[in-house]
Amino acid sequence: MSAPRDRRKLPVGLPDALREIEADVPEGEPAPWGPDSRLSVVGGRVPRVEGAEKASGAARYTSDVRLPGMLFGKVLRSPHPHARVRRVDLAPAKALPGVKAAIALAEGREVGYEGDEIAAVAAVTEEAAEDALRAIRVEYEILPFVTDLESARAPDAPAAADGPNERPGRPGGRGNVEEALASADAVIVATYRTPVQTHVPLETHGSVAQWEGDRLTVWDSTQAVHRVRDSLAQRLRKDKNSVRAICEHVGGGFGSKLGLGPSAVIAAMLAREAGAPVKVLLSRREEHLASGNRPSSVQTLRIGARKEGPLVALSLKSYGTGGVRAGAAGCSGPARGIYACPNWRVEEGDVVTNSGPACAMRAPGFVQGAFALESAMDEMAGKLGLDPLEFRRKNLRPDSALDEIRAREYGIGAEKIGWSRRTKDGSGTGVLRRGLGMANGIWGGSGGPGPVVEVTVSKDGTAGVAVGTQDIGTGTRTACAIVAAEELGLPLAAVRVRIGDTDLPFATGSGGSSTAPSVTPAVRVAAAQARASLLEAAAKILESPLAALEIAEGRVRVKGTDKSVGLFEAAGRHPSGAVTGRAQRSGNYRSFSGQTAGVQFAEVEVDTETGTVRVVKVVAVHDCGRIVNRLAAESQVIGGVVMGLSYALMEERIMDHRTGLWVNPDLENYKVLGCLECPEIEPVMLEVWNAGNSTGVMGLGEPPVVPTAGAVANAVANAIGVRVRELPITPARVLEALGRV
Amino acid sequence: MARKKPPIGKGAGPDVSRRGFLAGVGGLAGATALGGAAAAQEGGPATLGPGPAKFTLRVNGQDRAVECEPRVTLLDALRERLGLTGAKRVCDRGECGACTVLLDGQPACSCMVLAVDARGRAVTTVEGLGAPGSLHPVQEAFVQADGLQCGFCTSGQVVATAALLSRTPDPTPDQAREALAGNVCRCGAYPRIVEAALAAAKALRSRGGGKR
Repeated sequence: MSAPRDRRKLPVGLPDALREIEADVPEGEPAPWGPDSRLSVVGGRVPRVEGAEKASGAARYTSDVRLPGMLFGKVLRSPHPHARVRRVDLAPAKALPGVKAAIALAEGREVGYEGDEIAAVAAVTEEAAEDALRAIRVEYEILPFVTDLESARAPDAPAAADGPNERPGRPGGRGNVEEALASADAVIVATYRTPVQTHVPLETHGSVAQWEGDRLTVWDSTQAVHRVRDSLAQRLRKDKNSVRAICEHVGGGFGSKLGLGPSAVIAAMLAREAGAPVKVLLSRREEHLASGNRPSSVQTLRIGARKEGPLVALSLKSYGTGGVRAGAAGCSGPARGIYACPNWRVEEGDVVTNSGPACAMRAPGFVQGAFALESAMDEMAGKLGLDPLEFRRKNLRPDSALDEIRAREYGIGAEKIGWSRRTKDGSGTGVLRRGLGMANGIWGGSGGPGPVVEVTVSKDGTAGVAVGTQDIGTGTRTACAIVAAEELGLPLAAVRVRIGDTDLPFATGSGGSSTAPSVTPAVRVAAAQARASLLEAAAKILESPLAALEIAEGRVRVKGTDKSVGLFEAAGRHPSGAVTGRAQRSGNYRSFSGQTAGVQFAEVEVDTETGTVRVVKVVAVHDCGRIVNRLAAESQVIGGVVMGLSYALMEERIMDHRTGLWVNPDLENYKVLGCLECPEIEPVMLEVWNAGNSTGVMGLGEPPVVPTAGAVANAVANAIGVRVRELPITPARVLEALGRV
Repeated sequence: MARKKPPIGKGAGPDVSRRGFLAGVGGLAGATALGGAAAAQEGGPATLGPGPAKFTLRVNGQDRAVECEPRVTLLDALRERLGLTGAKRVCDRGECGACTVLLDGQPACSCMVLAVDARGRAVTTVEGLGAPGSLHPVQEAFVQADGLQCGFCTSGQVVATAALLSRTPDPTPDQAREALAGNVCRCGAYPRIVEAALAAAKALRSRGGGKR
């Protein structure tokens, strides 16, 4: 689809420093709202349209789906980190009362981690299904395993999977790092470590599958209904139009629900065999073991700078483990993108181990990378005797839109946190010591083409928005409603949004902070088409030329007169009683910045006797193009910070490397941040006229989780004068850094 | 970290201490005995199981017939037998609070209570507080403050907040944080959850009385 485009001048930049760029906007697309646009709903504080359903327990998630005659599926999982499955005997399970289906999933295959799938059953109750799992007899050939990152790199290490354990990454870079380091005034060489983190969506992965003849409907806890539909059809060798995927609400995903999860395939197979609908809902333990994780990292940074501040060299060499299917390479995003540096080099390796497979997790790689880079930047600032913020200001690119945004964010954040109070590292006395730190983030978030939206205005008094996207907690539904209401001049309450179903028009998956910038522009364009049709109908009713009409407060009015007709009445003029606009998100056009920055400042208090870090306050300054819903945008920022704090201070997968088993696959010993540990968080939204698409929206799901750990680590170093280079920053690590243990 | 809520919240004040926790555990044994007594009064079998047992639960003010094995938790009975899916199964071992219901007015993790042990007790779920068209002030406050994102922890947060406000009508922010410390929100809505709790307290007080 390459519609003809009009070259237009679009205002871009920071609100008080606007300029114009020329961009080719597809014909028929309203140009992004400018500073003169009078917006009635966009940019306001709008409670979620599905809020009442969620707050009353009425919202139906996949795990809440109950169908007549529905069976419960359960998965038998490997108790061994590495084994060959010689034989799976399902007969004793099938003989139990209430068991309707049993399937082997790994007979004759190798399983590569504790929790790998062996078999599955479906029974009339969950309890009967659990009994059936216990009855299955499996013969394993135990194979040598390795779960420890360093042990897996040893030349004599057991092979965790096919191929070598250690997989060197592709190097990238420019200039000559070694020469630049040799001539730098100051050099920092330091190694930073991050743990394996799991997504912990509160709703575990799960699916309900129902066959009606040859047609399959699957309710899936997913971030991508269309991808689930297509991949499932492919796996089952079916035409994709005979499969329907539905996800009305999803209880969190954070990247782990972007692909076809195993629960959908298993539920479909069990349902086919049993001849009844089957629900497969993972337990918390299964979720931890087998549903993905953020890989660990060991990152060695070497950076060189001139004594005045500018970086001259930046080298990152990293490795980590993403478990049995690799995936740990890729921490270099921040090192590549945040600072101007003439000489840089990255080399990112991967180590395969016998643990659960990694998958994308909220700003994959960038969270690990930003912690290491931003820690090293502070170490360099210390070595140069520069204030860390001042040091970063000296590394802004003068010709970069992103750095224009970032510079503004520096100023806002410094003022809000009270950066001028910051004293020298470790200058505090007493048991409790306070410190201030800051760190940068970077992310994409432009979204892209693909989603198709239908907007229908009916004489029954509603405007429907239909698009097969998902609301993963980010407020997609509400954002769609806001944009449609704005374009149509209707009250928000008149707009109904339907999403989360492959029977609705196509949309891409909700990952990569792409949903709002990919879907809302198509909503606006479709609504603009509906609006044009309504004006045409009104022109006939009012017997007025089109140019004389305006839309206000749900009515079409002949300008300067009291002649008007209601929008819904105008819709009724159409034989179907409704007008419909349908648009596909076009390709991005020229924008101010294709990336988002984001800067966070943290104040911490460290107990030097117990090693406990209490975060006192976080100021999070973030840009996201046009803000559609300020309330939800702030919530995204707050939530990202919370997840970042949890990563910085608490979360860590702990393996017993002698048995290859995971020690803490629950929510008691795998710690996530709670209400008590949550500090004051001040989200500050920096609105940027960005262009790029018809709403000027940029994604905000991932940016706020990127800088947090670095900001906390830097604040801790400022408080106690020594640095913790490994996450999470636990009391033990703080005491060790202080030389107290 | 006062992360855990007593399985049955007897003695759980706004300050959930280790002592309070242990007292709560003690309450579990008491509740089991109480359940047995209730069964005897109904003329039911003194010993239940291992097969399905038929019994009655008092849920949201109504007597509901339940048939399930004694090993079935109250949470699973509510969700899979009675169709009350507001309470969520997240950890299934009392670590996250998503399944919080009121048992005789006290917050409890319904995944830590056997359904048969809830006989003779008043069970209130999030559905019992209010529905989309007629929200409880706590539910309304969560919506207005955006104290929810994906919404999966929200039922538990709402019920725990309602419980807090019934015993502490005018909580401080710290009291609210303490009371909600056992309710995990992975989306990280905590500041707005606390904001919602305080706004709901105000709304309930202005309506006259913290109790519904």
